Amino acid sequence: MFLYILKRVLATIPVMLIVAIFVFLLLRLTPGDPAAILAGDAATPEQLERIRDRLGLNDPLLTQFMNWVGQLLRGDLGTSLLSNTSVAGMVADRLGPTINIAMMTITISVLLAVPMGVIAAWRHRTWIDFLVMSFSVLGFSVPVFVIGYILIQIFAIELRWVPVQGYKTPSDGLGAFFSRAILPSLTLATIYIALIARMTRASMLEVLGEDYIRTARAKGVRENVVLFRHALRNAAVPILTIIGTGFALLISGVVVTESVFNIPGIGRLTVDAILARDYPVIQAMILLTAGIYVFVNLLVDVSYSFFDPRIRY
Amino acid sequence: MLTLGATRKNTRSLAAALLMGTALLAPGALAAQEDETTITAVMHSGLRVLDPVITTAHITRNHGYMIYDVLTAVDENFTPQPQMADWETSEDGLTYTFTLRDGLMFHDGAPVTGKDVVASLSRWGKKDSGGQLIFDVTESLEAPDDKTIVWTLSKPFPPLLDVISKQSAVPPFIMPARVAATSADETITEYIGSGPFVFNVDEYEPGVNVTYEKFDDYVPRDEPASWMAGGKVANVDNVVWTTMPDALTAINALSAGEIDYIEQVQIDLMPILTSNPDVIVEKRDELGYVTIGRPNHLHPPFDNKLIRQAAMAALDQESMLATMQGDPVYYNVCGAIFGCSTPLGDEAGSEVLTGGANIEAAKALLEEAGYDGTPIVLMAPTDVISLINQPVVAAQALREAGFEVDMQSMDWQSVVQRRAQQNPVSEGGWNMFFTNWMVPEISDPLINVMVNGRGDEAWFGWPTDSEIEELRAEFVAASDEATKKAVAVKIQEHVMDNVNYVMMGEYIIPQARRATIDNMIPSPVPVFWNMTKSAE
Repeated sequence: MFLYILKRVLATIPVMLIVAIFVFLLLRLTPGDPAAILAGDAATPEQLERIRDRLGLNDPLLTQFMNWVGQLLRGDLGTSLLSNTSVAGMVADRLGPTINIAMMTITISVLLAVPMGVIAAWRHRTWIDFLVMSFSVLGFSVPVFVIGYILIQIFAIELRWVPVQGYKTPSDGLGAFFSRAILPSLTLATIYIALIARMTRASMLEVLGEDYIRTARAKGVRENVVLFRHALRNAAVPILTIIGTGFALLISGVVVTESVFNIPGIGRLTVDAILARDYPVIQAMILLTAGIYVFVNLLVDVSYSFFDPRIRY
Repeated sequence: MLTLGATRKNTRSLAAALLMGTALLAPGALAAQEDETTITAVMHSGLRVLDPVITTAHITRNHGYMIYDVLTAVDENFTPQPQMADWETSEDGLTYTFTLRDGLMFHDGAPVTGKDVVASLSRWGKKDSGGQLIFDVTESLEAPDDKTIVWTLSKPFPPLLDVISKQSAVPPFIMPARVAATSADETITEYIGSGPFVFNVDEYEPGVNVTYEKFDDYVPRDEPASWMAGGKVANVDNVVWTTMPDALTAINALSAGEIDYIEQVQIDLMPILTSNPDVIVEKRDELGYVTIGRPNHLHPPFDNKLIRQAAMAALDQESMLATMQGDPVYYNVCGAIFGCSTPLGDEAGSEVLTGGANIEAAKALLEEAGYDGTPIVLMAPTDVISLINQPVVAAQALREAGFEVDMQSMDWQSVVQRRAQQNPVSEGGWNMFFTNWMVPEISDPLINVMVNGRGDEAWFGWPTDSEIEELRAEFVAASDEATKKAVAVKIQEHVMDNVNYVMMGEYIIPQARRATIDNMIPSPVPVFWNMTKSAE
């Protein structure tokens, strides 16, 4: 297991290097000029040229790339071209809201979706199954911002139970945190509930037809034990994959939800940086996203062995 | 056996429990803005650049007005007034002597001295186009003592006070000399001013939140506030600017009382607010903005004056403004290149613009010019809501007149990069784009960059126009208001004939505030001094 993890970690090095080269070149080939954005509308070409010089944007591409890689190797993500603040600090500020919302979303999703999927499979082709599948289709089909607006209208504007927008950290008080995090989490959870419930149902249907389930039932094992201990555990691998990928997606940024609920997360940071051509921020964000995917996939792979003893590394 | 009933009940109650529970956990959550000492405002964009000299971005200028003070400032009659300093002008117009008023102090406790002023003006003069003109004729700028600044010119520059008092785009904010020593091409890293609010560095999140605290040691002038001039009295302890990328979220937050102020409200979302008795939607000032089209004078077909005239004849202000704004209350058909409500504004020669499109005239001009069907590359930004409609309306009008139009959609930053390209269209150049300005940014020939006719040194579009340069020199030399106005009218007529750019009219973006917010100064720049907040 340790060797497997070590191999996987080492394998991330070429992946990250390829991502770094790709994102660096892609940004330089995309139209847009950070100097023009910094200087504003009335800047003259001469002023722009001087700012480009100062920012190092006129250096040869190789020099710029080596400077950046050198910074990365020293653990320095660089400085934002616009705000002149440390990229690491900006990312750290934005990571908290994103991780907290993602954890809450995944928790809600798993708590609701797994039982829904199990029950839908257990009561296959009944009205319960139909209801769960209808919800799944709805969850996939309705755009996330529409769900967000509907929840805001009901719970924030009509009932006034929670605020319309904003974000507070748990250290500001659990009440303040939950009251602001619950609507965006529920909004995002709608999609993930749909996804996980559907995947759970499909996996469970496959497993429930197996001989060992019939044997367990014939031995008089209680139905909830059959479903949750025997069947669900064997159906877990694809469900875990979906949860892992979903979590990585949530961490790497959910810009629409962050915009609708005014959450200062990773998604908004990335989009704002792209629109402003803030190269160091974009580069850091894409590397971070790649890193998150690699790490989450590793975690998911490792977790398979805990649920399915047949899988060994 | 699993009890389905129990599961259903549990599942159903989970969402309600989460919502109800969080509401109970947060008794103060919904009353966040009931604090009368903090104003929470949603500004038109996030603050990312903190140096008000290096950029012309409006949000950075607004930030500048929060934490810095200025030497002199215009009042609501566009007249320069003393702010940090009074002044005397020598009879020959060559020497301006400024005397700093008592009680001026930076946020770090150091007194504001003449050296700080000299350093700040010098840095600003390297960046601002009006400042550059003054420094072209500056013999010396010195501080003989802590309270006095002497500005000596080699030849008279009558509009000097107008230029240093301007409110937009780059006013000469006064910073400590050590900060102003930063190169004008590099952003400052210390944010200390002597204005009525202090920038809270710890609370600052670029593009998200910025917090200002009242500067207790600020000594306001005694005169009543008028635009950027007069007494700046901070009536609240904190002002928080927050960025909301979603316009509907901001409107919902204002309706719910979570925020106090929205600087710019989208017209189509206004009905949500106007039906709320706790919210006031209004025009902050009557000047507003202008929208303009800029042809590229370097390359065919707009290197031909007749073809530029044809384009102007084809365009219709009313239809463009109506598409942008919808409600006529918030736009104004106006042919004055310096704005219709400014002292220098005059609509001479603008009937072709304000009288509606004249397609037949445009066709005749194209025929006279021998237009050969060269396509016009019209850059169309898709991500800035106030710039989306103009190219679409213009493209249709130009096609009706017989132009071949190649409208190319791109994001605004691509427009910003591409408009700086002087290459022919076939090599990545362009023929026309649209943009917007605040009226104070185009209100006189020294501020309005689009009437600069210095070819390669001019603003994007690069007209080489010796006639307009002579008129601008005449304007600089004009020593009285009547002469200035007469020269401004000549420039207006010239622009209408030469089509340096196409003035497409004025529009207003309304603001919205909770009814508890009052006494906001009706200036083009949103400022937070004098503003008061009462209990809900």
